[in-house]
Amino acid sequence: MADHIISLQGVTKEFDTKGGKVVALHDINLDIKRGDSYGIIGLSGAGKSTLVRTINLLEQPTEGKVLFDGKALTGLASKDLNLQRRKISMIFQQFNLLMQRDAIGNICFPLEIAGVPKAEAEAKAEELLKVVDLEDRAHSYPSQLSGGQKQRVAIARALASDPEVILCDEATSALDPKTTRSILALLKKINEERGITLVVITHEMEVIKQLCNKVAVIEGGEIVERGSVQEIFANPKTKAARRLFFPDGQNKEKQITKTSTKRRVRLAYDEKTAHEPIIANMIMELGAPVNFLYANLDVLGGEQIGQMVICLADDKETAEKQKEYLANAGVKFTEIPEDYDFSEEHGEEAGE
Amino acid sequence: METGALIKLLSEGTVQTLIMTLVGTLVSYIIGLPVGVSLITTSPNGIRPMPLYNKVMGFIVNVIRSMPFLILMIAFMPYIRKIIGTGIGTAATTAALILAAWPFVARMVEQSLLEVDPGVIEAAQAMGASNMQIIRKVLLLEARPSLLNGAAVATITILGYSAMAGTLGGGGLGDIAIRFGHYRFQPDVMWITIIVLVILVQIMQEIGVRLAARLDNRIN
Repeated sequence: MADHIISLQGVTKEFDTKGGKVVALHDINLDIKRGDSYGIIGLSGAGKSTLVRTINLLEQPTEGKVLFDGKALTGLASKDLNLQRRKISMIFQQFNLLMQRDAIGNICFPLEIAGVPKAEAEAKAEELLKVVDLEDRAHSYPSQLSGGQKQRVAIARALASDPEVILCDEATSALDPKTTRSILALLKKINEERGITLVVITHEMEVIKQLCNKVAVIEGGEIVERGSVQEIFANPKTKAARRLFFPDGQNKEKQITKTSTKRRVRLAYDEKTAHEPIIANMIMELGAPVNFLYANLDVLGGEQIGQMVICLADDKETAEKQKEYLANAGVKFTEIPEDYDFSEEHGEEAGE
Repeated sequence: METGALIKLLSEGTVQTLIMTLVGTLVSYIIGLPVGVSLITTSPNGIRPMPLYNKVMGFIVNVIRSMPFLILMIAFMPYIRKIIGTGIGTAATTAALILAAWPFVARMVEQSLLEVDPGVIEAAQAMGASNMQIIRKVLLLEARPSLLNGAAVATITILGYSAMAGTLGGGGLGDIAIRFGHYRFQPDVMWITIIVLVILVQIMQEIGVRLAARLDNRIN
């Protein structure tokens, strides 16, 4: 068993269009560990859909290799590729269910393709309907199901072939917020209880926050930043990441920080520090005030993560003491230069 | 003409028309359905792009479709006569019908299959379905209602062709309408054959629409 269930090595994808060659992906290197829930986030047109389609070779990379469980998928004959594809399921934004088959029929479909006897396939499909909480809709057709129910059928269908990986291509982008949460919870459960690796393509930070432990930020066909979700959320290094992680936070920050520009620091605190009144303690202990400009608290994979922008004390000495205090308290912070332009971070809104 | 003879003439003509239409449609589908499927699968966005085949087959289909049926029948009759031994009657007409109708059927099938959501095909590919499985289990099944509606249209078109063939001694109701209604100035025979044709078309259309609706699981 290879350590990495999926490895992309130097994957480049070019499309020939009327206007010439378009590079959709440029030299992508990506390793995904077994059991990870790996998010790939980017704006529309960043190349994330193309990227996920190279994993199961729905898109053939122009250059580079795709490894699944240590074995190259690129270069396989279509028959062998089809066998490997049964271990990599996929769910879609538009669900892509067969409209002429009922829920059970849809779930049986991958088993039928694999040549599983009908009775056996149906028994398994019934079982999976329970997993996705739809046992009462076994004989409903997709046209009779809501969006959330359709995605549940699609998830059951994805589970039918006992896959090692499920690729989720904007799986919740067509759903309302409440349904999105329930679908994400279901996917998380599948990831945790069955140990199925998830690759989650999305343009929404909420999806990453609720579902993923790792994340890669993709922009202009390249991965610009990657790491654990906590790490990147607490300390996003690239503009692309900041733009995606705080689409409206950044906007507010921009407004709020217009007035004071001196000695600004951006704080990030985690589960431990989020529970403690660190700033209040600091003010009391050092006897110097700070000015709050912006604050935000989020829950990431069950952990609280906070973001805050404050102005430190006016005189340099006290400000240094305050920084020291924060560092000792285990709060990560970065200083924001006086001429820092927040508006640069805030690009167009993420969305389709 | 006495009523008994007229009824006998008309019922024979109806049976001949039905045989020509149904056999013609059936064989046209045996040829046209795989060709229609192949036009979809070999197209640039298809599951197995084959540009040369796609262009050539598309061209053949277009050439035959651009010939009016009567012209095509007259042009090919010498060859049909050589092959099946006769240039008149139901057998020769059926052969001409098939020749003219299979490209029409192929395009009808192609149109129906175009309606299948590409996302569903992609999903099947992601599951590891072979191209043959995609054709059989996704394309043809998902397009079933549209294919059935198309079949009704194709059958009615072929019925129309068969009636036209009557002007060339093709047998069936068209033949009766021409020989008795037109050449012998019997407008009553003419109108009766027209009424029979209208009834046949209504029945075929109704069967097609009902079957398509009944076998469509998108609405119920």
